[in-house]
Amino acid sequence: MLFLPLLIPLATAIAGLLAWNRRKLQRLLGVCSSAALLIVGLMLLATVQQQGVISAQAGNWPAPFGITLVADLLSSLLIVATGLMGLCVTVYSLADTDTRQESLGYHPLLQVLLLGICGSFLTGDLFNLYVWFEVMLIASFVLLALGGQREQMEGAIKYVALNLIASALLLAGIGLLYGVTGTLNMAHLAIRLQSMPHTGTIPVIAALLFCAFSIKAAVFPFYFWLPASYHTPPIAVITIFSALLSKVGIYVLIRVFTLIFPQETLAGQPLILAAAGLTMLLGALGAVAQPELRRMLAFCVVSQIGYLLMGLGLFTALALSGSIFFMLHIMAAKSALFLTTGVVARLTGSSSLAELGGLYRRYPLLAALFLVPALSVAGIPPLSGFWGKLALIQAGLQSGQYLMVAVALGVSVLTLYYLTNAWIHIYWKPAPETAAKLQYLPPHRRHQLLAPTLLLALFSLVLGLLPEPLFRLCHSAAEQILNPSSYITAVLGTLP
Amino acid sequence: MHSVILATAIRLLLPLMLLFSLFLLLRGHNEPGGGFVGGLVVAAAFALYTLAHGEKEGRRMLRVDPLRLVASGLLVALVSGLLPLLVGLPFLTALWSSVPAPVIGHAGTPLLFDLGVYLLVAGMSLLIIFTLMEE
Repeated sequence: MLFLPLLIPLATAIAGLLAWNRRKLQRLLGVCSSAALLIVGLMLLATVQQQGVISAQAGNWPAPFGITLVADLLSSLLIVATGLMGLCVTVYSLADTDTRQESLGYHPLLQVLLLGICGSFLTGDLFNLYVWFEVMLIASFVLLALGGQREQMEGAIKYVALNLIASALLLAGIGLLYGVTGTLNMAHLAIRLQSMPHTGTIPVIAALLFCAFSIKAAVFPFYFWLPASYHTPPIAVITIFSALLSKVGIYVLIRVFTLIFPQETLAGQPLILAAAGLTMLLGALGAVAQPELRRMLAFCVVSQIGYLLMGLGLFTALALSGSIFFMLHIMAAKSALFLTTGVVARLTGSSSLAELGGLYRRYPLLAALFLVPALSVAGIPPLSGFWGKLALIQAGLQSGQYLMVAVALGVSVLTLYYLTNAWIHIYWKPAPETAAKLQYLPPHRRHQLLAPTLLLALFSLVLGLLPEPLFRLCHSAAEQILNPSSYITAVLGTLP
Repeated sequence: MHSVILATAIRLLLPLMLLFSLFLLLRGHNEPGGGFVGGLVVAAAFALYTLAHGEKEGRRMLRVDPLRLVASGLLVALVSGLLPLLVGLPFLTALWSSVPAPVIGHAGTPLLFDLGVYLLVAGMSLLIIFTLMEE
């Protein structure tokens, strides 16, 4: 059961390799596999809800010697989200990617990326996590560079250089940690570190790992690679990157710093909160200054990462559940924004705000598809972003972090400003005279592009109108994270 | 550039190196060796052949597309991990035969996994080498 989210994408990638020149088959396999991943994710979530945390030992080697896979509520929620995003992006890219990219193995690579993401969510072993990071990095590098245009290579090289540095830091941290504790199983590490004095090397290791994961998650001061590389590749690729890759970084931060280093998290609270606040603020300011839609959304991704980190910094059940809820909301809402941008770029051949205009008259649905997720990201009440921010801000007030709360609210206003400003530019203002003629899209293509976008926007809307069930789930997930004993028992069998 | 010495030597070296790679593969599960080095030796053998006779001849000598080798290597490794699921054990659990086979001793799914690595490494290295030689 726990292996299925890994086996499905792996088997599909292999099948895709065997069917290298048969594009139709690859496309079909990609869609089926992502749908299967979504179903397996839902089954996993149901099982975890019934039985609590579950674990499996690869190769039947008992923990802490072998590699353990663990699913608690947080990981299974994220597996469901991965399946959903995988499905939406695969369907969208049926119409969005060109023949050349597909013949270079776009669909098998997407599956390898999903494999790496699912692996990172499920693994219970720090070194294994590093391996999954590398799987993701390899797949994402090829996806970024696929097609090999000049500016694409430029973005890809920045991305890879920064991520390699992150991997080196991570590996150094893991090596030191193994030297100090003699184990890399996360549950075992949690126990070992409880009985050790937290002076000298251990805070250093925590700082190393924090930096490594922060680079992956694009947290201040390591966020600059993201806007530099996210504006060049095809829109479907950026969507999956922004929805899942940076969230993997945040997931790992939450996992490692609640399970293994809870003391360091509390000690470093001011630093984490400062990083969160600056990430929000600088991301938003960057977005305000961008005249190009894709770059603006890339900065917006960075800015929202700050909110996710804020939950970890506050370190209470309410704050963490807010973070988890916000993470699920932002995946859907931000992806809907990116996908709509892709449709606009396809229709008009441009994504520069100055060259766009007047689309509302011809495409009111498209305007709604941009406006709903935009307002949701900004946090306007009946939409999903509101509830995530509400929980985070309540938690901030309870912990007395007034400055943090003020920054979070201020950034929301900025977000509202630049997203509605973009909306007005694209849809409301009269089309500039230099605007190119609109491209015609054949109906089946239009459906392939619009169906996933509509699904995600509706998801954000429904999540906003009925936040209760999911929020309760996120709350139990947060409580599970804050009481790691069930996690440790599930992995090691007994609590020593 | 055509070298008579290399072209003559490789006629003998190619089968020898392939044999040696098999030896490394089989030896690998208890002693130094294994699928990874075995695969590299296969790649080295064909790389030398390609240096002597050119990229087209090299591809013809290999007979299969390197990409196909990569895919089948992955598939073999995946199957070796899936087999224990049939008897109700977790993914990747090693299954061993109770009867020792001649030459290699007790064989099991780790050997199959190693075979997958062997094919994968050979295919991947040759894919890179052939692509570079084309230019």
